[in-house]
Amino acid sequence: MAVDEGLKAELGRQGIFVTTLEELYNWGRRSSLWPMQFGLACCAIEMIATTMARYDLARFGGEVFRPSPRQADLMIVSGTVTKKMAPAVVRLYNQMAEPRYVIAMGACAISGGPFKQGYNVLKGIDRYIPVDVCIPGCPPRPEALIHAFMTLQKKIDGQPLTGEGRPSHLDAGARGEFPVPVYGEHDLEPASDPGVWNAPRVKR
Amino acid sequence: MKTMEEIKAAIEAAVAGAGVEVVPNPSPSGQHSLRIEPGRAVEVARFLRDDDELALDFLSNVTGVDWLDREIEETVTETRTVTKMVDGVEQAVEETVEEAVKRFEPGFLEAVYHLYSVAKKHGPVVLRMRTVNRTDQVELPSLTPIWRSAEFQEREVFDLYGIVFTGHPDLRRLLMWPGFKDHPMRRDYVEPDDFEYEPTAHDQVLERALAHQAAEQAVAEQAVSSASPSSSAGAAGQQGSRQGTEAGA
Repeated sequence: MAVDEGLKAELGRQGIFVTTLEELYNWGRRSSLWPMQFGLACCAIEMIATTMARYDLARFGGEVFRPSPRQADLMIVSGTVTKKMAPAVVRLYNQMAEPRYVIAMGACAISGGPFKQGYNVLKGIDRYIPVDVCIPGCPPRPEALIHAFMTLQKKIDGQPLTGEGRPSHLDAGARGEFPVPVYGEHDLEPASDPGVWNAPRVKR
Repeated sequence: MKTMEEIKAAIEAAVAGAGVEVVPNPSPSGQHSLRIEPGRAVEVARFLRDDDELALDFLSNVTGVDWLDREIEETVTETRTVTKMVDGVEQAVEETVEEAVKRFEPGFLEAVYHLYSVAKKHGPVVLRMRTVNRTDQVELPSLTPIWRSAEFQEREVFDLYGIVFTGHPDLRRLLMWPGFKDHPMRRDYVEPDDFEYEPTAHDQVLERALAHQAAEQAVAEQAVSSASPSSSAGAAGQQGSRQGTEAGA
């Protein structure tokens, strides 16, 4: 049940705060995102800078970097995901508690970036796990990471608690476990998870 | 520092049967290297490290080079004696014939070591060792017992080129996983065909992307022709459930 915006503003002027449970709930969720403390490459340096005094991610409620996936609800894939590292990243994602979100930070995490045609680089982490926000850049500036963080907060704010598009912890049918790719003789097997990613059609 | 020829002479005087050969470098840098026989390589390396004048105590870099099999075409002029009828009389005549000859040169793998001397402040001295071929006789002696810094770099060369260093204390793959079968830096390495999504493809990548697309289409057409037309309709519009939103930087 949405509150009429005009009425809400009017009541606010009279010193009465009106909200919905959904709004309150999402405000709480988005204001205290706990990122997982792990970095993969040079983007991690920018991620560290973002949390330090100059850029201060704590202003947005994201300063509690947790060393365990069990206590984290945001994974910042910061850097090149090598094929050797990809199973570990998927496993860490599986170990995170719902609701969980993923920011793919930088060109490498999105697509493989400058190393895309390398023999040992995964062409984007979205091949195995669902990504909520992508930030371009090589590496992205701390401001860009903050922008991604705010974009994710907007996304959480907009999530209804029931029905279509509700967060995964309220959806018993949501996919919880994502298959961890195994090391094959020539490549990771499978090369991508079709339940998460299908190659977009490119017209040539 | 001594010239390569002088180092070669010094090695040959110290190590019998070292089989040193100077590999010239025609580029302006003129960084000539020494090719040594794998059989005596450890003795040669020990001499280079322990010799008072050279004192090459620092191994800076180990790398590999892959030389493919080569087929060399040459024109050879040959003089032969041929019997011919000259003015009705059979005579032996000398004749010059030009012939195209194909020579097969087997490829090999090469390990290259760059040595410096911290004590004498000179270098680099470049050592090369070659395997017999690129397939089954790819052993070279490890120089890790002489220079400890070779350990990880030889592991990397083993991983990426497939040179087996005998005498290495811990020869495992360094960058790729243990079950990996290929050697990615070899020139005939075939990458896995994961060119399904190349939004900004050009040149070789575009070729690979087009080839992938053609192969994919062939498979799809085969599936359509073998299955009934109604069953293939549902799979067309399937996409990932959670799409990524893009935040502009």
